Amino acid sequence: MSRGAAMGRRAQILALCGVLLCLCSSVGGCGRKGHGRALVLAGSTSVQPLAELIAEHYEVEHHGRPVNVQGGGSTAGVKAATDGAADIGMSSRKPKDEEKGLDAIAVAVDAVALIVNPANPITDLGREQVAGIYLGEITRWSDLGVEGLIGGRTDAITVVTREEGSGTRSAFEEGVMGKADISSRALVQDSTGTVRAIVASDPNAVGYISLGMVTNEVKAIAYNGVLPSEATVRTGAYALSRPFLFLTRGAPSPAAQDFIDYALGSEGQGLVAQAGCIPVGGEGE
Amino acid sequence: MRARRGEVAIERALLLLALSAVLMLGLIAVFIFLQGLPIMVKHGPGSFLFGTRWAPTKGGFGLLPMIASSVIVTLGAMVIAVPLGLSCAIFLSEIAPRRVANFVRPAIQLLAGIPSVVFGFIGILIVVPLIRNYLGGPGLSVLAATIILGIMVLPTLISIAEDAIEAVPRPYKEGAMALGCTHSQAIFGVMLPAARGGILAAVILAMGRAVGETMAVIMVIGNAAIVPQSPLDPARTLTSNIALEMGYAAGEHQQALFATGVVLFVFIMLLNSIATLRVVRGDRR
Repeated sequence: MSRGAAMGRRAQILALCGVLLCLCSSVGGCGRKGHGRALVLAGSTSVQPLAELIAEHYEVEHHGRPVNVQGGGSTAGVKAATDGAADIGMSSRKPKDEEKGLDAIAVAVDAVALIVNPANPITDLGREQVAGIYLGEITRWSDLGVEGLIGGRTDAITVVTREEGSGTRSAFEEGVMGKADISSRALVQDSTGTVRAIVASDPNAVGYISLGMVTNEVKAIAYNGVLPSEATVRTGAYALSRPFLFLTRGAPSPAAQDFIDYALGSEGQGLVAQAGCIPVGGEGE
Repeated sequence: MRARRGEVAIERALLLLALSAVLMLGLIAVFIFLQGLPIMVKHGPGSFLFGTRWAPTKGGFGLLPMIASSVIVTLGAMVIAVPLGLSCAIFLSEIAPRRVANFVRPAIQLLAGIPSVVFGFIGILIVVPLIRNYLGGPGLSVLAATIILGIMVLPTLISIAEDAIEAVPRPYKEGAMALGCTHSQAIFGVMLPAARGGILAAVILAMGRAVGETMAVIMVIGNAAIVPQSPLDPARTLTSNIALEMGYAAGEHQQALFATGVVLFVFIMLLNSIATLRVVRGDRR
């Protein structure tokens, strides 16, 4: 009887192995469908919507090979480009020193806009003031010359920031904060949409988001006396801007080069403008 | 003989499938600890557990604000949920006519089926503005999270507490009433003390649910990595810390999030172990 049981057990183990093998092979097979390997882009979620838009048009109108756009953040984009996990890495911040080994091509420029509630009368903040707010040193709108209550019960500023690692946050920190930490009392949100929603609903709130994502629910204010717009970002008058980069390690593969050329061409740059970002060409070339 | 061998095979197969759940738990535990422990050891567990500065991209890995917030929010949720849930369980098991109970019980089950993101959404649209307008502060706060969680854990608490009260042998109550107790004296003097173990298990399992809840909390708590000083302050729980920053984290930052997972895992294991012990002891009595 014990012999029977042992045989039964062996048969079960064999059957289980068989099932596992089938599963493995079917999962592995999925990735290899279709003709030609898909081009893989990975990285910044700020660049992602733009890259997806360009990829869509690239596939349909340019009859390019399929493009697979993945998120993960700027850090992940740098990593993916470095170790070859993606054909093109996407990043929304200037490369750090240890990332200099990569070739970076700017496909668009984005500005980080400071936003307040439309009920807030303030129109302009200087770097010192913004830094003071985000350091937690300036805590009341009355300290900034706003008279009376904007709304709600107090005039305490509701500071809204993005989470650690976000490309928008690092662009903001680099431009405004320098080496200092953003106050840990600031509200932290993990997407542009939620930052905008809080600023839209809280009259005392201040936040920062991509210029392309500003809607009339919130009010973009001037930074150092300059309102963010395509013109002021292009001329460099508006200081809080950041490049949207495609990263490759060494020279891109022909397939990647074709996609980059499309993105930098007139069609691609048209899509950049359509996505609310600022095209790159036009000054030099 | 053949029939018996078939039986044995089925039993073995069931055993294997049953163990797969345990295996998964084991794998998850091993994975979390492998990913999270090295960085805790490297920087010293003390600086993780008692440090207050969370700036993972700049070498600040203090988890104390998150640990404190998780504990505060969970206990706060219990302050709301225990009186409500226990009253409901007593009403359902001892007082409610069958018709009423048959209406209330499915309603509570339905509450359990509402996705947590919907609770979060209701929190943002209703609870947060109410707090902001009537109590002050940014509205996104410990209080908002406490209220939402207090409601979310009700189904768990009610159904387990109700089972515990129903499991008390009827003669206890009959005996008490035969000795001259009123109905309420019998409930509060005899039934509840007899069901103590099960009720405690219900509370502890509800606490486990509150500690583990992520989505709804992230939406209403404001996510500031500070030890909250007042119910109107924003805060950040262990779960929201992981979910908030996972998307962008790389390197030590990612490991620090796994370390957060280790702390969370230990929390949940402790709570569940206490609940299991309580139930076992309660059964024996």
